[in-house]
Amino acid sequence: MPLANTLTSVPVTVDQEKCIADKGCTVCVDVCPLDVLAINAEAGTAYMKYDECWYCMPCEADCPTGAVNVSIPYLLR
Amino acid sequence: MTTISKEDSILEADVLVIGGGTAGPMAAVKAKEANPNLRVVLLEKANVKRSGAISMGMDGLNNAVIPGHATPEQYVKEITIANDGIVNQKTVMAYARGSYDMIKLLDSWGVKFEKDETGDYNVKKVHHLGTYVLPMPEGHHMKKILYRQLKRHRVQVINRYMATRLLTGSNGQVAGAFLLNPRTAETAVIRAKTVILCTGAAGRLGLPSSGYLFGTYENPTNAGDGYAMAYHAGAELSGLECYQINPLIKDYNGPACAYVTGPMGGYTANSKGERFIECDYWSGQMMLEFYRELEGGKGPVFLKMDHLAEETISEIETILHSNERPSRGRFHERRHTNYRDKMVEMHISEIGFCSGHSASGVWVDENARTTVPGLYGAGDMAAVPHNYMLGAFVYGQIAGEDAAAYCADNAMPELDAAQVNQERERVLAPLKRSDGITPYQMEYKIRRMVNDYLQPPKVTRKMEIARERFAEVREDMQYLCASDPHELMRAMETHFILDCAEMAAAASLYRTESRWGLYHYRVDYPETDNDTWFTHVQTIKGEDTMPACFKRPIDPYIVELDEEEKDSYSKLRINNFVQQ
Ligand SMILES: Cc1cc2nc3c(=O)[nH]c(=O)nc-3n(C[C@H](O)[C@H](O)[C@H](O)COP(=O)(O)OP(=O)(O)OC[C@H]3O[C@@H](n4cnc5c(N)ncnc54)[C@H](O)[C@@H]3O)c2cc1C
Ligand code: SF4
Ligand code: SF4
Repeated sequence: MPLANTLTSVPVTVDQEKCIADKGCTVCVDVCPLDVLAINAEAGTAYMKYDECWYCMPCEADCPTGAVNVSIPYLLR
Repeated sequence: MTTISKEDSILEADVLVIGGGTAGPMAAVKAKEANPNLRVVLLEKANVKRSGAISMGMDGLNNAVIPGHATPEQYVKEITIANDGIVNQKTVMAYARGSYDMIKLLDSWGVKFEKDETGDYNVKKVHHLGTYVLPMPEGHHMKKILYRQLKRHRVQVINRYMATRLLTGSNGQVAGAFLLNPRTAETAVIRAKTVILCTGAAGRLGLPSSGYLFGTYENPTNAGDGYAMAYHAGAELSGLECYQINPLIKDYNGPACAYVTGPMGGYTANSKGERFIECDYWSGQMMLEFYRELEGGKGPVFLKMDHLAEETISEIETILHSNERPSRGRFHERRHTNYRDKMVEMHISEIGFCSGHSASGVWVDENARTTVPGLYGAGDMAAVPHNYMLGAFVYGQIAGEDAAAYCADNAMPELDAAQVNQERERVLAPLKRSDGITPYQMEYKIRRMVNDYLQPPKVTRKMEIARERFAEVREDMQYLCASDPHELMRAMETHFILDCAEMAAAASLYRTESRWGLYHYRVDYPETDNDTWFTHVQTIKGEDTMPACFKRPIDPYIVELDEEEKDSYSKLRINNFVQQ
């Protein structure tokens, strides 16, 4: 059974200007209970890699620069 | 003789605690305090800094037994009645007796509880009979405080490894666990004298009505891992037919929360703004009235606060939008729901297993021991009814201390290499398939079937059909594929979810009566039948590797109930208005 790529709009955004992942920060990735955030090494910023979010907000609360914004996932907004 | 492949690194521990949410950190700290020489390992699928149900904090204690406000005996009575008599009172009593000391311990660690002018705990009445709710308006420091204690007690923490199966020794005792790293797909083995399961609820059993897999009431990291692992290790589970179903904010699927707003004057209302239940404490009976109102002409159901004074509303807002589920405020904003002028629309959650809220769990006695030697359970996954957060802490302590004592008397079990190799093969299989069915699709399908066929009102024929569908999904397991380690974690969770779905169907079919209001409302057996079913229903893995159920008699009560109180939870509807 072949696989397809189905895109979804994710609820968590990271402000590229504020994110300091290029300086070694991984706080949001570390704290997320669902492990759905990751660092894009090329861009040097964090991003939401999987649309599996509990909108619980540790990522936003613990980010040292205020770069993360959690909104309610579209299906339940 | 088979030997364990070099692929797995092997670690040793005296006490292995699986799950570092609420009960887990307490269990680890208490085991270490009992004997600082023990090697205590705390394993966490996520990161102990922010994992589990209390990742952002908690709004309050739902079941504080504080001298001057309540006695352990009163509490045991209340929970016995709320759970329709099906309780092992000794386990509830062990919680109740430990409750106050645990509050004082948490207080000394820096947890802030609401106090009155005299410094006494400001306990509120939410339950039907007694007074047990202690607010924590500044409850957002919980995880930080626990983390500090883990450091202080030198507990070895392993983050971002999930346990996939328990390993057992030659006498059926626990021998350790098999682990998977969800970022690298590395596998590992921990050999242990004792294992304490603290893996939380089975939160991804039903599908939320939003259809979003992770928009669950429970922290969705908890997929029922502990239920499935205990089951495969041969442990008894109990009360699985007594589902968790909660009244929640529609679509947002988080608590509204009546425990916070109730004592301040808010209440559950119908579309006319009228109260229809006397008491907002979550019980199966309350949920049945909620369900009837929701489906009836006066539905849907709301949380009403628009009659409250401005200062009360702002206080409620501060608590509800900053503590436990802080994204609540964002949800309301987008829907233009202001507590001041609009009631909050409520709905019924998906079904789950959770003894923290209802009574479905791995069977444990008053020492937190399961039926497998050396294996303990604490928190939402251990069958101590209505145990909530404080119950997770108290049972974490009980388990940690008892496990430490067990270590002194028992040798380190040998690992069974064949078991380990077989598990590694099972775990890594989905990663080796380049196409097939994704965990996302399979999980969605199982959970949708759970909604279609298992969600109450329960119908015999529907539940039988569910079993047929689950059997077909089980056949499809051979096609389950994962494109990266993260998906592999989801694939392993899909296995847990299917195990739990099959157990839910088996236990629900077995008990041919209705009990616990909505939790086990069987349309074709609408009456409660105390002559036949005043008993626990246990589930184990049967000879045919499918769930098998049997009765376990209820131990004689240690606290007798007053005749007139017995059915007080069945009289929650206001004016005793009878509906069919
Ligand atoms: C939204 C919400 C609000 C609540 N409000 C209240 C309240 O106001 N008052 C109250 O008293 N109670 C409340 N409760 C209940 C209370 O939070 C829980 O009863 C309690 O926290 C459960 O603790 P636990 O240790 O069993 O589970 P958790 O704290 O959820 O911990 C389980 C841990 O196990 C980990 N885990 C799971 N599977 C694995 C695996 N395979 N390998 C390794 N680790 C694993 C998870 O990552 C998690 O960290 C609430 C619960 C929720 C969900
Ligand atoms: S925590 Fe903030 S700064 Fe750090 S990586 Fe995440 S978004 Fe970037
Ligand atoms: S809101 Fe929670 S689940 Fe979503 S990305 Fe942030 S930490 Fe992870």
